[in-house]
Amino acid sequence: MARMKFICDAERCIECNGCVTACKNEHEVPWGVNRRRVVTINDGVPGERSMSVACMHCSDAPCQAVCPVDCFYKTEEGVVLHDKDLCIGCGYCFYACPFGAPQFPQSGAFGLRGKMDKCTFCAGGPEADNSEDEFRKYGRNRLAEGKLPACAEMCSTKALLGGDADVLSDIYRERVLKRGKGAEIWGWATAYGKPEQKPAEQPAKTGEKS
Amino acid sequence: MRSRALAFMLALAGAIVLSGCGEKEQVVVYKQGKYQGKPDSKPWDATAFGGDKAKWEASIRARNQNQNEYKRM
Repeated sequence: MARMKFICDAERCIECNGCVTACKNEHEVPWGVNRRRVVTINDGVPGERSMSVACMHCSDAPCQAVCPVDCFYKTEEGVVLHDKDLCIGCGYCFYACPFGAPQFPQSGAFGLRGKMDKCTFCAGGPEADNSEDEFRKYGRNRLAEGKLPACAEMCSTKALLGGDADVLSDIYRERVLKRGKGAEIWGWATAYGKPEQKPAEQPAKTGEKS
Repeated sequence: MRSRALAFMLALAGAIVLSGCGEKEQVVVYKQGKYQGKPDSKPWDATAFGGDKAKWEASIRARNQNQNEYKRM
């Protein structure tokens, strides 16, 4: 098995925030913490694009490089995870991450910052798989149930894909080859499909002089 | 009888006092660039797969293909 990755197809994402909701619901993520969010550029302008963004589980993760207590690790499947028991909530990883993936729960009038929380690729953390402790600290471990991340699996337009990087590449390549590229993939025909059948031919009128 | 009880009490007190010597290290010693946290188990070691990596991979592969609507149609 190759590395686990996410890919978001900006041509398909409709900014429904279904992935964000699925993530929140699946892991019971507290208020103020968004493991995944949808970013839109050129909002309201023809040609606007949306992307669902979370931890990209980098091959050379900057969060892992800057962590002063070395609480990050990478699993055999290439998922970047961390040990919350070791995290000191310093926030270095937040500044290092180019995607803004690390999140910090805050509470109280002075905004006391808690331990870092981020997308786990639905792979839990360093606790017994599918245990109560794992769920409380890291959320549900869908990978240990043989499932892929909830956000990708429930994406209605299949804009967000998650799983084995090689397979995702094949899916995305096939998709791009079928739909084409450029101006023809934007607009009515892409949204509602091209007419597949020609209009029925009218029968020739009888008794008509040729 | 009384001396026995006294000896038992002394032994018990000694055990309690000595248990303090078995205290765990309170200071974390960090090793540069190495993960310092708890070890994590593999996803196929969970109860659903019982260590069968091939079965887990087959499940993930099937789920991967579910995302390809060209294959689902």
